[in-house]
Amino acid sequence: MSLTKLTTSALAIAALSATAAAARDQVQVAGSSTVLPYASIVADAFGENTDFPKPVVESGGSSAGLKRFCEGVGENTIDIANASRAIREKEIKACAENGVNDIVEVRIGYDGIVFASQQSGPAYDAFVPSDIFNAIGAKVLVDGAIVDNPYNTWNEFNGDLPAAEIAMFIPGTKHGTREVFEDKVLLKGCEDTGAMKAMMDGGMSEDDAEDACLDVRQDGKSVDIDGDYTETLARIDANPNGIGVFGLAFYENNTDKLKVATMSGIAPSTETIATGEYPVSRPLFFYIKKAHIGVIPGLKEYAQFFISDELAGPSGPLANYGLVSDPELSKTQKAVADEQVMGSNS
Amino acid sequence: MTEASFDSQGAPARKRTSLTVTDERTKARNRAETRFRAYGVAAICVGVFFLIVLAFSIIRSGLPAFTQTVVAVDFQLSQQDFDEAEAQLFKTKAYEGFLIEAIRGKLEERGLEADFDAGAIERLLGKPGSTLREHYRANQQDLGQEVYFQLAAASRVDGYLTGRVTRDTLQDSRFLQMSDLDLIDELVAVGVITRSFNWNFITGADSGVDDPGGAGIGASVIGSFFMMLVVLVLSLPIGVAASIYLEEFAPQNWFTDLIEVNISNLAAVPSIVFGILGLAVFIQFMHLPQSAPLVGGLVLTLMTLPTIIISTRASLKAVPPSIRDAALGVGASKMQAVFHHVLPLAMPGILTGLIIGLAQALGETAPLLLIGMVGFVARGNPEGIVAGFTEPNSAMPAQIYTWASRADPGFYEKAWGGIIILLIFLLSMNVLAIILRRRFERRW
Repeated sequence: MSLTKLTTSALAIAALSATAAAARDQVQVAGSSTVLPYASIVADAFGENTDFPKPVVESGGSSAGLKRFCEGVGENTIDIANASRAIREKEIKACAENGVNDIVEVRIGYDGIVFASQQSGPAYDAFVPSDIFNAIGAKVLVDGAIVDNPYNTWNEFNGDLPAAEIAMFIPGTKHGTREVFEDKVLLKGCEDTGAMKAMMDGGMSEDDAEDACLDVRQDGKSVDIDGDYTETLARIDANPNGIGVFGLAFYENNTDKLKVATMSGIAPSTETIATGEYPVSRPLFFYIKKAHIGVIPGLKEYAQFFISDELAGPSGPLANYGLVSDPELSKTQKAVADEQVMGSNS
Repeated sequence: MTEASFDSQGAPARKRTSLTVTDERTKARNRAETRFRAYGVAAICVGVFFLIVLAFSIIRSGLPAFTQTVVAVDFQLSQQDFDEAEAQLFKTKAYEGFLIEAIRGKLEERGLEADFDAGAIERLLGKPGSTLREHYRANQQDLGQEVYFQLAAASRVDGYLTGRVTRDTLQDSRFLQMSDLDLIDELVAVGVITRSFNWNFITGADSGVDDPGGAGIGASVIGSFFMMLVVLVLSLPIGVAASIYLEEFAPQNWFTDLIEVNISNLAAVPSIVFGILGLAVFIQFMHLPQSAPLVGGLVLTLMTLPTIIISTRASLKAVPPSIRDAALGVGASKMQAVFHHVLPLAMPGILTGLIIGLAQALGETAPLLLIGMVGFVARGNPEGIVAGFTEPNSAMPAQIYTWASRADPGFYEKAWGGIIILLIFLLSMNVLAIILRRRFERRW
């Protein structure tokens, strides 16, 4: 019977491929789904414009990407982690424990966080950060007292907003976007409404009060979306009152379906975010394992190509897709050229 | 006395039954049967209805992916321009710059009614830079000569021609503006913009998120092919050997019972678990390459093995014992009986099970998530057989998933188109399974 033949040839192929795989020739990237589009644009152009193969860019979220990044040094680990937030102390420590000591941090630009609703739904054009907090915070301040969130419609706490049912679709906790959303919207709203002060007056420590501010109501008015923005878009499509949290680039690609909400009277755009007028934006990063530079062909070239003026500059394809380019790009370019690792200086 | 007089007296009478007249109970039973048949027909109708809706929506959403809006241009690139473009960091962009200038000149010569500027032409075109660069690097003799190109238009121009983007819903953006639509209409009228079959979609690889027109599923079909090869080569011998041993040779004791229970349990384990296992064992421990079809195939082998073992054992069981007894009776050894008589008779069933298992593995995305085959993997066609196994590649369902999560609506269309291709593969595999069964199955 040819069974034995088949098995031996299968094993032979497996062994052969394992040895052939000893040298990896492409850059391996994983991380934030917000950075993924930009990384894929760069990876595509990198392959077309150089003799290096196109890097592989995986998604999965900032935290998952950084976790894989910190698994160790070697060809079976990733070279670059994309993140829509800065790396945490805890993660740097985890990295160091696994031998990933020298990390080069690269800031590629800024991304706006946009609130948008269905094109045919009510217009939300009078938002301030405190509204979002009032709408979805677990505990809010009503008449000087901290109570469980009693609100059902937007106009109950801000008369300028429509009398529409509260239905928010916010990024799940594995997304880096969630952290920015918590920092710049929930926490700020908590402070602005005075809820945080009231909590601290009520005997909470500052840390506890901050945590309490970030608690989101669990009665179905706020829904965590763990998938991509397309999932949020689908939920918005099905709910005329729904408001979703998107990245600027995603919104700009779907302007025919989405209506954007202004924040403190400013509509988000690359210009208003670059000037800082639009309040909710965050920097985007990627992190390079320095130990892999020189081992994995094209790694440094990819990083330099990514942040070159031609790509990440204001007239490059990344800006055209929705990235707010970094005014201090030249500084980043120099840091990458010098392979400046985190914690050395600057 | 007649029977009628008995009845009239109210005496207990024998109930009269007739074969030609149906009584109440028979009627009730007949009604119940009719009702049941109606339920059955209704259930089938509902099923068929959903199938038709599904097929219709897939085909309607996916068909545009197979055609493409192309802009026809005669383009001339001088040696000097070529050198200038090649000297830059972002070479493809430089080629696009020359192209846009050339088109602008041509259109101005032609004297179109619509207003346009260089920006409008840029919005019209997709990402032709890499096509141009590839062409001129391979055919340097074309430098300085007019070359006829058919270049993919931008995804929103494509959407305007297929009806995805309409004048009513279009919001001016840097991707497309209302004024561009007049230019497009005019160019369509003079035949510069046309639609043609999109071969690149069938043969090409993935593209960056800003270029839906350049995206193709071909590379991931090849990735899927190599994975299925690994699954076939590994799971057929292992699965068949394991089932033959368990079914024909193994003693019946608590240990084989334990194995049996575990095989059944493994068949029900969610596929993502196999992905985690694959990451830990094949990539982190055995140091096999990431994102490679080899690892994908190994993981999917683990996933399909229980299914194949179960179906193989079922078809071995279906061979009547008389065949074995006859073989043993004329002096065949146990192994001869199995390999000469039982296995050939069970083969159609085994192959059917194998093909169904392969089809299941072909459509699986979850385990591939963890071994790096989902994401932007655009290596193009592998060079050689070994590279096919070890070089990063995507798989069809992974590619569809990636496209479906991208912002540009053009990719959504591509995802549906990818589903059509995947379904064609699945359907043909199932048809093959049916044909094998029909041809070789034997009934007793």
